[in-house]
Amino acid sequence: MKRENIVNIVKKHHGKLGNVISILEDIQFQYRYLPEDALKIVAEETDKSIVDIYGVATFYKSFSLKPRGKHLISVCLGTACHVKGGPAVAKEFEKHLKIRTGETTKDNKFSLETVNCLGACALGPVVVADGHYFSKVKTSDVKMIIDRASKGIDKVYVKTDQRIFPIEVSCPRCNHGLMDQNYLIDGHPSIRLTTSFNRQHGWIRLSSLYGSFSVESEFKIPSDTLVHVFCPHCHQELTGTLECPECNSANMVPMIVRGGGIVQICPRRGCEGHMLDVTY
Amino acid sequence: MITLKINDLEVQVEQGTTLLEAARSLGFPIPTLCHMEGLSPYGACRLCVVEISRENTGSRLVTSCTYPVENDLIVKTASERVLKARRIIIELLLASSPQSKIIQDIAAEHGVRQQRFRQEYEDCILCGLCVRMCKEQMVAEAIGFQGRGDNRKIGTPFDTPADECRLCGGCMYVCPACQLRCTYTQPEKAICGGCANLQPPCVDKEKFDDMMCYMEPCVACEIIKEK
Repeated sequence: MKRENIVNIVKKHHGKLGNVISILEDIQFQYRYLPEDALKIVAEETDKSIVDIYGVATFYKSFSLKPRGKHLISVCLGTACHVKGGPAVAKEFEKHLKIRTGETTKDNKFSLETVNCLGACALGPVVVADGHYFSKVKTSDVKMIIDRASKGIDKVYVKTDQRIFPIEVSCPRCNHGLMDQNYLIDGHPSIRLTTSFNRQHGWIRLSSLYGSFSVESEFKIPSDTLVHVFCPHCHQELTGTLECPECNSANMVPMIVRGGGIVQICPRRGCEGHMLDVTY
Repeated sequence: MITLKINDLEVQVEQGTTLLEAARSLGFPIPTLCHMEGLSPYGACRLCVVEISRENTGSRLVTSCTYPVENDLIVKTASERVLKARRIIIELLLASSPQSKIIQDIAAEHGVRQQRFRQEYEDCILCGLCVRMCKEQMVAEAIGFQGRGDNRKIGTPFDTPADECRLCGGCMYVCPACQLRCTYTQPEKAICGGCANLQPPCVDKEKFDDMMCYMEPCVACEIIKEK
């Protein structure tokens, strides 16, 4: 963990206490949990006491102070799922992963948690593994879900000896897949996003080949334009904290790679700044 | 000046005072647990509820420690409704912390001899007095609320001794529930534990030398004197 990294996140939110939740969300997004040192840095930078920051971090269930595993499994125990057998499913997961709810396996692969409602009550019991919803889960399905998650749902084979390979990405905010199977670029499904620049909104489709810069968009984007990129599903702006190492004038746009990792691209038209980090 | 009626008595008080201060200055008793002069009002224990109304409007219950006086307000500090609400609150407090002498005394004053809820034996009613004491009087901010709902508790960040803590004992001094419990046999659970460790921990904190201390009698001080 780098100190400057945390400081940058705090600065992005103007270092105000009112933005503590946003700051913590960004840290959690980068590290998958809230490291103790990061909270201390946030407290220093916002001129608030560590007690207040810690209070916020422990208040919300979406924040985790312990490192989470690579794969997150959430079992719904809302009223409907509870009635339909959610607790038995949760028990089965505990048995198979040999951990209790809220814990992470020793090899840091799986984290198990229960949630109180996912809003899909008719499909209960619902289990979410790495952003994928499994409906009407029986205890006999548990092993299959764990197997699929550990293999990587929609696994991507990253060929290390080739510079160009296809990746599949999803939104870092809502985890919804961004792949457009019906629109091919470079012979592969494209990545569909919404863009906005100069008061024009429209779709933009990127090549899913890592290393290819083929782009198609609804409106012609002049070179060197900084576009705002949004998720077409949750409509949140996709913007990260990392500055583009190529042009040093824009914040990279992060997207989650199926199978683990984050790909970041520069939102400046014409800039070829991009990076793939599979250590996440 | 603001004119209002407290228990049918027309009074004038300065703007900005709370209903609790106004009523107490007139001699009307209102029981409180989480209120303390010198600390900001918090309204956690709800014991200080009073009934307020205006002409032509219905009445409602508010916490007098946080409610500022308003013109033409009609306040009742001991109406049937207020006493009933207070008794229920006392029962709830007794259900969580029956061993607290302060809560027992308040219960006795209000004629509550029994509570009808599931009995628990908590040593914290989450009134936040210690948190405010630490923040506002000692300017330390070493302890605070953490968690939510069932898991809400008061403690130091990451459950480790806080650097900001100067072991003044103010949090235990103001606590209405834990009553300065000594945790000699379980020193790791104590805030101080100085007596068990023999080496008084507060002695090292020289920069707080002349700060006030609420630990009395304190084993640490006795040890220094002997030296």
